[in-house]
Amino acid sequence: MSDKFRYDDDISKKFLLATLLWGAVALLLGVLIATQLADWRLNLGLPWTSFGRLRPLHTNAAIFAFAGNGVFAAIYYSSQRLLKTRMYSDLLSRVHFWGWQAVIVAAAVTLPLGLTVGKEYAELEWPIAWAVNGLWVVFAVNFFQTLRVRRERHLYVAIWFYIATIVTVAVLHVMNTIQIPVSFWKSYPVYAGVQDALIQWWYGHNAVAFVLTTPFLGLMYYFLPKAAERPVYSYRLSIVHFWSLVFIYIWAGPHHLLYTALPDWAQTVGVAFSLMLIAPSWGGMINGLLTLRGAWDRVRKEPVLKFFVAALTFYGMATFEGPLLSIKSVSALGHYTDWIVGHVHGGALGWNGFMIFGMAYWLVPRLWKTPLYSTGMANAHFWIGFLGTVTYLVSLWVAGITQGLMWGATDIAGKLVYPDFVETVLRIVPLYWVRMAGGLLYFSGYLLMLVNLVLTVRRAPAGVQDEAASAPPLVPATVGNLGGRPHRMLEGLPGLFTVLTLLAILVGTVLEIAPTFFSGGFAPETPGVKPYTGLQLHGRDLYVREGCYTCHSQMIRALPAEVKRYGEYSRAEESMYDHPFQWGSKRTGPDLARVGGKYPDLWHYRHMMEPRDLVPGSIMPSYSWLAKDKTDFEIIARKLAVMKKLGVPYADDDVRLAVEDARREARRIGRGLEAQGVKPGIEDMEIVALIAYLQRLGEDFRKGGVK
Amino acid sequence: MSLLYLLVPMALILGFCFLAGFIFAASRGQFEDLETPAHRMLLPESTPPSETTER
Repeated sequence: MSDKFRYDDDISKKFLLATLLWGAVALLLGVLIATQLADWRLNLGLPWTSFGRLRPLHTNAAIFAFAGNGVFAAIYYSSQRLLKTRMYSDLLSRVHFWGWQAVIVAAAVTLPLGLTVGKEYAELEWPIAWAVNGLWVVFAVNFFQTLRVRRERHLYVAIWFYIATIVTVAVLHVMNTIQIPVSFWKSYPVYAGVQDALIQWWYGHNAVAFVLTTPFLGLMYYFLPKAAERPVYSYRLSIVHFWSLVFIYIWAGPHHLLYTALPDWAQTVGVAFSLMLIAPSWGGMINGLLTLRGAWDRVRKEPVLKFFVAALTFYGMATFEGPLLSIKSVSALGHYTDWIVGHVHGGALGWNGFMIFGMAYWLVPRLWKTPLYSTGMANAHFWIGFLGTVTYLVSLWVAGITQGLMWGATDIAGKLVYPDFVETVLRIVPLYWVRMAGGLLYFSGYLLMLVNLVLTVRRAPAGVQDEAASAPPLVPATVGNLGGRPHRMLEGLPGLFTVLTLLAILVGTVLEIAPTFFSGGFAPETPGVKPYTGLQLHGRDLYVREGCYTCHSQMIRALPAEVKRYGEYSRAEESMYDHPFQWGSKRTGPDLARVGGKYPDLWHYRHMMEPRDLVPGSIMPSYSWLAKDKTDFEIIARKLAVMKKLGVPYADDDVRLAVEDARREARRIGRGLEAQGVKPGIEDMEIVALIAYLQRLGEDFRKGGVK
Repeated sequence: MSLLYLLVPMALILGFCFLAGFIFAASRGQFEDLETPAHRMLLPESTPPSETTER
């Protein structure tokens, strides 16, 4: 009657080891770029070690390499056991594993080389991005086929969270990676300006929701009851908060765009749903914490439970802070500051990191059939990691709120109290050191865990086999028909369940994004808005390549102090030809939306060579290589052709004469610089294209082309 | 503002679908037996063959 089979534990081990390896890389990069903010000299003066290129590598490594592999380890381990079957295909599992590692290596090579789309957490250029889409299909096929061949009719709550993850990430990633290639390593997104911003933050926020939240809740619903040896507090609550979470999360993206050129109604929808999110989020936290009822004495002794309890508490904090920051008046203060960076790390270090640590300490002894080498070391890791996280969070709360208040401070006459941006930076540099110390602590704890786990694995008996199991097969006729009770029926029908989940997330998607297609991206055709010249466009790509958007915004919010500091607030039309948009999300340096014409060309040249010559105290890296690397003029014609295809109104002649025009414009700027003492031949260098772009910013508005 | 002519009907239709789905689920006992699954996942992974013959 009963089938005998073995779980594929090897694949769980592989993903777990990859998690531990990439986690170290992601954290080390984090400590490095945190130190770069505290002391600019750590940028080392090299292109591939400068902050703008390493920051995307850090975020991608943390999200997709560390958390991603951790999630896969959890899914492969728990799904097989919950479904009472081996994964459908060992081959697909391995294609998924090795493919995912190859993508990570490709990211680690291309991002420091400056090959990037320039959209946060979606930086990977199109060949890698589409490899991710393909691998996701491999993973999905393997997972859903495993559901089909399962031996347990009922789908446990963790499985639901995995389904929501797989389906939603597919929709998000495909939608946000629709790009037209210019060359093998350069592409432009089909969306522009406001529409691109809305799609990007719909993607960006839901990356938080469906890579860093739903799979981790699934993980929590499996590993926490297992470790606590207690059933989840309320199975009913898990159902209610699952459905409400997936339905509400998908709408919250616009809270990243408050007071911007995004239409007010879309902002309000985003705020309303973000506020609602606290209920399903706290549903998960409460369900997790109350699962430990009657087991709190064990939390004192067992590091696994310590990590889970702290993770859930950080999750509760982050999901309280998120809705708080989504309130418009709080966003006015916190947006663009380090408060947001702190908020993200509350989730990443506290919630995702600690969940993975708890899982690793529980899983390694079971997968390798060996007791943990040292419980004491694991407890030490907990306290070091906890102290590191708190140090990190508190320093950035203080830094963010301090800087936000300084930006907005006006005196009785209505003048800015701190008109020099660099003044507000210098005030928080000491806190950058504290933040770095917090990160370093967290990293030290991590290393302690690595030592502990390596020593555990080394003591493992030779020839540990995949775990054997047995379960009666499901009679095919009964699949999907569990005595007519719809709820059980729903759980017995993975296909239907998937469709319903998809429907829940598509509602938010369609309602928020569809209108942008019908309304010309929220920006009416405006003759006063001119497309970039070829050289400016090329300079814009250099701006993207160097990751300038990681520290500079191009979106002046409609707030009095902001308008005083940077000029008239940004209009939707101004970025209507921007593929991709470069509104940014963080102001480590000032906003650049209206920087064009503010300084002479020579100022920009000298500033890029050595920022501190012109802005004493500046923490910006120097970009001296831009004066040594030659501009690739030939590619400009192809760039304009692609832009024309995307609907940017270039004439045929603009494309045909693109290279000549660009050379002429470069000569004009180069001659001007040479006349002021810059070395001859500068017109052929990349710096000239970048200056052309920077001087162009805000020009349409300045010339009265935008109302 | 012409967007509202598209948005409001879409919101109403989709909202109605969800409401209908919820009423259907609730009236058909969607929320019954929410105890066993939580306990079942705690059972040991491998059970001796003799215990696995029940349906």
